[in-house]
Amino acid sequence: MRRAQHTLFGLWAVLGLGIAWAEGAPVWAAEGDAANAELLYKTYCVQCHGATGKGNGINVRDMSVQPRDHTDAAGMVGLSDDRLFKAIKEGGPAVTKSVLMPPWAGVLTDEEVHGLVRHLRVLCACEGRG
Amino acid sequence: MRAAISIGCGLLLAALWAVPPMVANAAGDAAGSALLAEQCAGCHNLTGPAPDTVQAVRARKGPDLFYAGDKYRAEWLTEWLQKPTRIRPGGAFYGDHIVPSQATDKWDQIDTASLPDHPALSAPDARAVSAALMANTPYAERIATVTVEPVSLPIFMGDMLFDKFKGCIACHQSGKDYGGFSGPELYTAADRLNPRFIYSYMQNPQAWDPKIWMPNMNLAAADLNKLVRYLQMIAEEE
Repeated sequence: MRRAQHTLFGLWAVLGLGIAWAEGAPVWAAEGDAANAELLYKTYCVQCHGATGKGNGINVRDMSVQPRDHTDAAGMVGLSDDRLFKAIKEGGPAVTKSVLMPPWAGVLTDEEVHGLVRHLRVLCACEGRG
Repeated sequence: MRAAISIGCGLLLAALWAVPPMVANAAGDAAGSALLAEQCAGCHNLTGPAPDTVQAVRARKGPDLFYAGDKYRAEWLTEWLQKPTRIRPGGAFYGDHIVPSQATDKWDQIDTASLPDHPALSAPDARAVSAALMANTPYAERIATVTVEPVSLPIFMGDMLFDKFKGCIACHQSGKDYGGFSGPELYTAADRLNPRFIYSYMQNPQAWDPKIWMPNMNLAAADLNKLVRYLQMIAEEE
């Protein structure tokens, strides 16, 4: 009987942990994705878009076209997530913008590009229309 | 069965391609190798492979040297090691040296005071280290497949290609204090580097350095040849 109780307790414990994991995992994953996207942004994007995302990175001084200000909600709202994804993955010319925005397909996976699109929505504190 | 063998061979080839062979320094200068181990290994990757995570590429303190013999010109290495100058205006990882601007009409700056200077070597040490580095050629086969075609290029067409059509100027300087800060200066590239390496790196930067913040610009052979020529022209100009 005692052994049976132990077994039952063990089963409940496993079940409980399972539920906790099932509920907790997506939250952890989302936090991990957000942190990873921020790290990618600070590695590949800030050189032109700026440490604070205002479009004023260290490389901008001699550029003929200014990079987009990612904190500008009024401008960012007009760009759909699909368009942002395409611009990051395939570069500016793919969305009729400047060649100074290069294609990142050779460095970033699709999943990482999606993460960057979500990070841009955090920076602009906006959702995309259009 | 034949298909299975083909796939197996393909996988084996892919694995061989993906894992850079360890550097064999036996042919190099023994004194140079000892100096490298004592004085250079703290900041430079001498054994490979290249960093394959974003964290690792950000943590790098100096350029990877495990393929130095595929990359550099020996004479330049020997001279530079005696009188080192800054090649990367933003440092090994530019992100560690940014002073952010809070205004949108002003740009971020590089905190030049935070950039470390490279130590200088004596002439005999520089020669020994250069010889040891030039023996690091794990990508000799890749370099051997590159053919740089000589092209004739008016300088203004090179400027257009570099600045406007391909946007290299965004990150690289094509003259003293003209251009971007996150990549190495390129008006000295032809003095420093093997032209075949320049071609191969521009063709696919990630083949050399998987997480580097230089994108693959999908450059055609004609443009690669022109850009190699352009880098030679601006090196002669400076």
